[in-house]
Amino acid sequence: MTAVTGSPVGSTIAQAKSDRAGALVGYLPVGFPTLDASIDAAVALVENGVDVLELGLPYSDPVMDGPVIQAATVTALANGTRLRDAFTAVERIRARVDAPVLMMTYWNPVLQYGVDRFADDLVSAGGAGLITPDLTVDSGADWLAASDRTGLDRVFLAAPTSTDERLRMAVENSRGFVYTVSTMGITGARGDLDAAARTLAGRLRAQGAESLAVGIGVSTAAQIAEILTYADGAIVGSALVKALSDGGVPAVGRLAAELATGTGR
Amino acid sequence: MTDLHSVRSLRAEEGPFFGEFGGRFMPESLIAALDELDEAYQLAKLDPEFHRELAELGRTYTGRPSIITEVPRFARHAGGARIILKREDLNHTGSHKVNNVLGQALLAKRIGKHRLIAETGAGQHGVATATAAALFGMECVVYMGEVDTERQALNVARMRLLGAEVIPVTSGTRTLKDALNEAFRDWVANVESTHYLLGTVAGPHPFPAMVRDFVKVIGEEARQQVIDLTGALPDAVTACVGGGSNAIGIFHAFLDDATVGLYGYEAAGDGVDTERHAATITMGRPGVLHGSRSIMLQDEDGQTSDSHSISAGLDYPGVGPEHAWLSSIGRASYRPVTDAAAMEAFRLLCTTEGIIPAIETAHALAGTIELGRELGPDATILVSLSGRGDKDVETAGRWFDVLDEQGNAKI
Repeated sequence: MTAVTGSPVGSTIAQAKSDRAGALVGYLPVGFPTLDASIDAAVALVENGVDVLELGLPYSDPVMDGPVIQAATVTALANGTRLRDAFTAVERIRARVDAPVLMMTYWNPVLQYGVDRFADDLVSAGGAGLITPDLTVDSGADWLAASDRTGLDRVFLAAPTSTDERLRMAVENSRGFVYTVSTMGITGARGDLDAAARTLAGRLRAQGAESLAVGIGVSTAAQIAEILTYADGAIVGSALVKALSDGGVPAVGRLAAELATGTGR
Repeated sequence: MTDLHSVRSLRAEEGPFFGEFGGRFMPESLIAALDELDEAYQLAKLDPEFHRELAELGRTYTGRPSIITEVPRFARHAGGARIILKREDLNHTGSHKVNNVLGQALLAKRIGKHRLIAETGAGQHGVATATAAALFGMECVVYMGEVDTERQALNVARMRLLGAEVIPVTSGTRTLKDALNEAFRDWVANVESTHYLLGTVAGPHPFPAMVRDFVKVIGEEARQQVIDLTGALPDAVTACVGGGSNAIGIFHAFLDDATVGLYGYEAAGDGVDTERHAATITMGRPGVLHGSRSIMLQDEDGQTSDSHSISAGLDYPGVGPEHAWLSSIGRASYRPVTDAAAMEAFRLLCTTEGIIPAIETAHALAGTIELGRELGPDATILVSLSGRGDKDVETAGRWFDVLDEQGNAKI
């Protein structure tokens, strides 16, 4: 039932919901433009009002990602970013700011590293859990076991096309929040958010979701404010990556502060 | 070798898993579409009308059954073994790809999709999909790595003449694997209207089993044709393997024939001792790519490795899960063939038999030459001649120095 108790991400989101309109979840890829700068940028997000960090592990074949995040992860990999750098990044970010850090990763890197070893090293680094864009509950027995053993959060995706039965499965097995996919498409800023997000959020609530955050296409404070009228969190990715790419750490900090106004900060 | 006398037929595997390989590792946004496709396919499989329609298209449009051709002059270079080609190159559109495409296009029509998208490497699958879209009156978008649009310019032109839009993919390594990524991204955004007509026996369930079912007619025909010609089963069946659709197509009918050796030939590029190859089963290890668990070329961190082959259609760092399984249980052998060996076999078939094969197919021919020498003159080898080489004339022309860098004839 999207357990909030004992989940660092769940309790952070619940706290934000009780203090303000809800939580802001900010995504950045590890190693873009460099490892150090990606850490500084993540810290800047938290210092400017991001409640939960979503750190992307760069992957060669990111099928859920649009051009902005693709380009950033290509750069990160070309710069020699390795899987182990993600643990370093989590550790160094957690040493500087107190916000839960989820890692967003496609499944093959976890599989190659070893699911249990990955979970253990993420716990050691101080990470909160995983968002798995290409691993669904029904294909994720290894990860369900490893996250139960370690207590890590696990965020599964729910899509407008998911059946009620699949939504229930995502709700029952997610910990932290359910990633509510706003629209049918890949990551990237969009002018208009689909009404589909609100409908999907309602369907997830009907399946018992206590904590849900809406992502894909979210890029403005106004969109965030609207989302938080029916959801607990809003997730911003591409817009932050673009700001970091165009204006470096100061620019991504400024954008985070502006986006955070949408949460009532 | 596995116990081939066990009760369970190796032909009975329907997915999602083939041994430990296969499954479905995909974004939630696409699961409903995969379920819809699976359901429609399971229904179609039981529907005689679907099979009748598909067979009729095969007969009146593709040109099925394709013939077999014995090639004694070529066989002299292969230890004198008896070599028989299954002529999928003579199909409409020039390769085995049309079999899968017509099956899936019929299915797309049944589930009310009016837009087909496809990935393509050499362009053979793209051409076949563009052809089916024209035939069924559907929209068609083909994703093709930018590198491949350059080396297979003729097929790009063919697709456009057939009314398809060709989108050069500039992400990643700009080859076949990136074209798949881009097609999946398109599908996520347009799943209501669109069928992703995946071109090989890879991807998430139900694609590997479904595509196999649409191409297995190749082996079913060939098995009977070889028996009719020679009075016996062949000793070996050979095919090139990229994703593996033509190979599974010709292997499948023989899976339970324990005396028939099955040999898949992977692209070894500059050699498997270099970094420039696409010999997935020979050099890879298990992992998840493009929605299923199979063997793949990857680094220590699970990042997909760049592959290389002179043949765009084999230039893929993954392979279908059923092949990974057949390799793991020892039922089929997979061997590497370099660019140079493939081109030598290409030349040989041209000059000894008057047949210009696709460069992909030439890998199977090169492997067959070696295998013939191994098995000796009493052996009969059936080869999947998966495609014709018209699209490769420019690449081959440069390789053999009959065309200059601009593609003009050197006389």
